[in-house]
Amino acid sequence: MTETIAVKADRLYKAFGRRPHEMVKKLTGGATRDEVASLGTAAVIDASFEVRRGEIFVVMGLSGSGKSTLIRMLNGLLDATSGTVTVAGQSITGIPAKQLRDVRRNNVSMVFQHFALLPHRTVIDNVAYGLEVQGVARAERLERASTIIRLVGLDGWADSLPSELSGGMQQRVGLGRALAADTDVLLMDEAFSALDPLIRREMQEQLIELQAELGKTIIFITHDLNEAMFLGDRIAVMRDGRIVQIGTPEEILTDPANDYVAQFVQDVDRARVLTAASVMEPVRSVVTITAGPRAALRTMRDLQTSATFVLNRDRSFAGVVRDRDVLRQVKAGETDLRSIIRGDATSVTPDTPLVDLVEPSVGSDLAIAVVDAKNRLLGVIPRVTLLAALGNVSTTTGELPVIEPPATISTKVITETLRETALEGAEL
Amino acid sequence: MNDFRLPLGTIVEGFIDYITETFGFLFDFIRAVFKGAFELVDVLLVSPPFWVIIVVAAALAYFTRGWKFTLGTVAGLVVILGVDQWENAMDTLALVLVASLLAIVFSVPLGILAAKSKVASRIIKPILDFMQTMPAFVYLIPALILFRVGVVPGIVATIIFAMAPGVRLTELGIRGVDHEVVEAGQAFGASPWRILRQIQLPLAMPTIMAGINQVIMLSLSMVVISGMVGAGGLGAEVVASLNRIDVALGFEAGLAVVILAIYLDRLTAALGTGGTPLGRFFGSLRRRPRAVVAAADDVPARTHEPVAV
Repeated sequence: MTETIAVKADRLYKAFGRRPHEMVKKLTGGATRDEVASLGTAAVIDASFEVRRGEIFVVMGLSGSGKSTLIRMLNGLLDATSGTVTVAGQSITGIPAKQLRDVRRNNVSMVFQHFALLPHRTVIDNVAYGLEVQGVARAERLERASTIIRLVGLDGWADSLPSELSGGMQQRVGLGRALAADTDVLLMDEAFSALDPLIRREMQEQLIELQAELGKTIIFITHDLNEAMFLGDRIAVMRDGRIVQIGTPEEILTDPANDYVAQFVQDVDRARVLTAASVMEPVRSVVTITAGPRAALRTMRDLQTSATFVLNRDRSFAGVVRDRDVLRQVKAGETDLRSIIRGDATSVTPDTPLVDLVEPSVGSDLAIAVVDAKNRLLGVIPRVTLLAALGNVSTTTGELPVIEPPATISTKVITETLRETALEGAEL
Repeated sequence: MNDFRLPLGTIVEGFIDYITETFGFLFDFIRAVFKGAFELVDVLLVSPPFWVIIVVAAALAYFTRGWKFTLGTVAGLVVILGVDQWENAMDTLALVLVASLLAIVFSVPLGILAAKSKVASRIIKPILDFMQTMPAFVYLIPALILFRVGVVPGIVATIIFAMAPGVRLTELGIRGVDHEVVEAGQAFGASPWRILRQIQLPLAMPTIMAGINQVIMLSLSMVVISGMVGAGGLGAEVVASLNRIDVALGFEAGLAVVILAIYLDRLTAALGTGGTPLGRFFGSLRRRPRAVVAAADDVPARTHEPVAV
């Protein structure tokens, strides 16, 4: 149990005011945050979650939602009014200050919104600060710090003062300081919020790389939903001190727990979060290659489309045939669909973000095929579905018009052709 | 109407009488220590020929602010010499140095205490208000009784009078240190003592130095007043000129005080900003070992552009 859970919060409350315990009592009794407002501020109310080892757990909420208070309870910078925090299997609530300092030295480090570097110390001494507090000898800590400096891309800046660095670089120092302390858990409090958007993106990508390389457990606080969606393996959405939903980015986006979350996520860049798998629809217009052109033509007539997907005998995706080609083939009495399969159908893997589907979707009127690693056809994404997903419009309710390429040849023509050629097998 | 009389003065008088009798030995001891300290510093300033002192003062001026301040210093000190106040000025300087040093020794820790504890801050603040606004002459009376005529009551009264800004600005400086940086220290498991030493004090230093500057300036103004209790120096000259309505002596002694004041103010103000040649010198001393380590670690020199700009 403790091997997989890095940080656990159990029914955490934090109240600021003269009588915090009385407030918590009222809150557990069902009072709302506004009802206890006369006593003080209920910053965090009944927060419970578990963060798995090696996971990026994002806590997201607007300012005043209590997320900064929450993260400060995870390393004891703030005492929980009620509830327990467990780090690396050890409860840190109510333990003596000295023991708490040991936990901070060895288990949890932190990155701050405004970097919080020591301005009178050089970059390398800032990075080595955690090690210095841990009591590591100077030569060794400088050696380890210079490795970290290289890792975060600050080569050659070791002897500069923080004031000589740009914001992005200063936060690299902040990140380096936390990494150098070599703790399993990293708390990041709005770590990238003070940076320019471009640098923020770069830092986010670098954080994910570092996390993959070092396998740290990261608890990341942000008010930026796109950042949360980009970084988070799981996201906890906070509102007015309470956690309203915990889930993967896709769960939060596609299945918001309440109106608040739904409203919150409506501005997110859905194209980058949603994947092909989450929006694809079942394939309707499909034939196996052995069924032949007549079956293909009939399928297209029945569904009123001008193209159909073709599968190989092992159900793997072969391509697309068009009604004109099939009609010609039927008229000519040929039986092999293989010769008219077009290579212009786009197939993507299920985890492709929607943003990468826009271009192929624009380039062709065919639905995009979603195939798995074994090239099996899992579903399709017609253009309408893609648009609906990007615009957050439901495709499941109401009668939707044609979502596949509309028929270009009238049903009558097809039916007549089938009848004319149906001499040997009366199979209409 | 006339029956209502708060006997506050009598009570304080009785209190002073009481402690004089009970703790007489303690005050004798304090008197001996302060007197010894003053005499030591005074000997250091008075015994060398005047030009040695001028050279030392000029050198300090050069390293803190540069050559303009050096010229001003030399000119000022020569004026003091020229109006025949050199020895008095050195006595006064010794008094100021001893008194402000002691005031700093008391006020900075008190300021730290006030910054760390709200209760301490709440107790200390009104006492400071009292100390700062009570007319300075008043301190001289109990000081005279407790320490007898001479230099010591002057020093004691000066310390009490000059301490307040030292305490206030130390507290302000430490409370003003970026909360997040202190939190960073805590988050990495640093002890309160380490945070004070490595984060709060260094970052509060400019404000603390401004406080120390104020302590020295107030000391100088009080030292003149303490001339009334026989503390000697320029203060004695000023008091004498007042008694004799001697405009010439009064102006000369007063000018010497002004020159000392300007010199000490500029000197300590420059130390506070850190952007001085002396500050840079200390800075380079501190940073040198790092450069050696960096070279040993084969960290490439900073030649390329930063990764993220």
